[in-house]
Amino acid sequence: MTSDIAAILAIDGIATGAVYALVAIGTVLIFTVTRVIFIPFGDIAAFTALTLAALDAKRFPGTGALVVILACLATLIEIISLMRSGELRLLPRALSFYLLLPLAVVGAAWLVMRLDPPLAVRLVLALMLITPISPLLDRIVFRPIADGTVLLLLTVSVALHFALVGLGLLFFGPEGVRTEPLTSLSTEFAGVLISGQTMLIVIAALVFSGLLYLFFDFTLVGKSLRATAVNRTGSRLMGIRPARAGTIAYLLGSLMAGVSGILIAPVNTVFYDSGFLIGLKAFVGAIVGGMTSYPGAAIGAVGVGILESFASFESSALKDVIVFSLLIPILIWRSLASLHSEEEIEE
Amino acid sequence: MSEMLSMTDVTVCYDNVEAVRNVSLSVEEGQIVTVIGPNGAGKTTLLMAAIGLLASRGRMVFQGHDIGRMSVEDRVERRLCLVPEKRELFSDMTVADNLLLGSYSLRDRTGVQKTLDEVYDRFPRLKERQRQAAGTLSGGERQMLALGRALMAKPKLLMLDEPSLGLAPLIVREIFRTIASLRDLGVSILLVEQNARAALETADYGYVLETGEVVQSGPAKDLIHDPRLITAYLGGH
Repeated sequence: MTSDIAAILAIDGIATGAVYALVAIGTVLIFTVTRVIFIPFGDIAAFTALTLAALDAKRFPGTGALVVILACLATLIEIISLMRSGELRLLPRALSFYLLLPLAVVGAAWLVMRLDPPLAVRLVLALMLITPISPLLDRIVFRPIADGTVLLLLTVSVALHFALVGLGLLFFGPEGVRTEPLTSLSTEFAGVLISGQTMLIVIAALVFSGLLYLFFDFTLVGKSLRATAVNRTGSRLMGIRPARAGTIAYLLGSLMAGVSGILIAPVNTVFYDSGFLIGLKAFVGAIVGGMTSYPGAAIGAVGVGILESFASFESSALKDVIVFSLLIPILIWRSLASLHSEEEIEE
Repeated sequence: MSEMLSMTDVTVCYDNVEAVRNVSLSVEEGQIVTVIGPNGAGKTTLLMAAIGLLASRGRMVFQGHDIGRMSVEDRVERRLCLVPEKRELFSDMTVADNLLLGSYSLRDRTGVQKTLDEVYDRFPRLKERQRQAAGTLSGGERQMLALGRALMAKPKLLMLDEPSLGLAPLIVREIFRTIASLRDLGVSILLVEQNARAALETADYGYVLETGEVVQSGPAKDLIHDPRLITAYLGGH
């Protein structure tokens, strides 16, 4: 391997890693706030790519129908749980949040789509359509078992992923998509050609991680999310509702996953089931950060991207084997480095 | 004086075992009420039920509202606050952030900075350490932070679980001085303590809890001279 090829592979790896980093940061965010290892994150990224492709093709994406169905289900569950707890006075708020808001988003997207909007607007539409999915899934699937063990939540999360893959096939069909590049610019750095898309990916990852950092450090809501992650009982005693913190975490996490889906769509062909590998590789990155550290997760995810890039050069067929084999030494190292298991920390 | 909190026949069960049985107590506005008793008497359980972290049977009224089925967060929004025995600080976060989060439940954010200044005036040590992570503080400083964080919520009734636990005698005295001074601010206090003497010296009224039941109650100044309590809890002289 010459240094030129190594440089190209490294740049490619950093770009892929940056996409994983966004998903990994979202994974850590949701895990620390809700203790759920949200496996379907990769699916959310893939669905965003599919949504954008449908919008590009002037078709209304299946995401709309998916959001409407999930919103109806979530509302039904919310009504039943309010009736059980005798708190029907909260019904208007529940209806506006779980039914009207998602329906308004889908309705607005449908109307705007008729106007044949430019790419920038289509990007916003895709993100708008995708962000309600995780908070709605949270309400339907995870809220009723929020006090369960991490293992139970993980098992349900894996099951949810498979359910989503099925729904993906139903709503988006089996065809793979590749969206048009967001930019056709390119530049040369130290003799290596770097495409605009690659730069965009890295910049977007940096910008969104930076925004998240500012959110956590400078806003009360951001701090309340960190507090929920650090000490659940303590935060409840401050009046911070874990369910609300969870919803915000899911909203932010899906936004990150959505952005990564948009960034990866012009580079890789995305199918309804492509999300699993994206999510799993981001998960490996998140594990490097011990599932609790954002910089750790980002560094881990970029590491996974670079490793994958070099691995696919050496042996394309074995690249996933190489990447996932990395998990074994990392897990050994992490279990030696920390004396407590996640369950013990929870207690 | 109006009634701040009243519990009537409150029972709390842990796996079919009644940890607290038919307890009735009340806290008047501006009063310090203490619950004393041996380890395992159900004192902490009673406070956990009062804040809503444990389910209970019986009637619980706070400022005229039935709070028995309310969530913890709803009770906190009504300014019923608990400083738990374990403090439950946000150890990775700074002292300043811990205090700020104490005010999370306040809808009206205009007075937050003023309350923060008041807390720093009360506990200058916290101001010196405001940029430090809560986890790096000493035991006494942690208790100050837990108290200060609760004060940020402008509580109407502050429930304190063993505030003197594990602290040096000098700091214990400081903490009790602070508790006494809170009454002057109009904060009512429900104080659970194993340090019965210090608690009764500070409080207006006291309840003695043994194996989950109230066995005695009365004005604190009477309880402190009660021969039975003196032998059992007050060091026998």
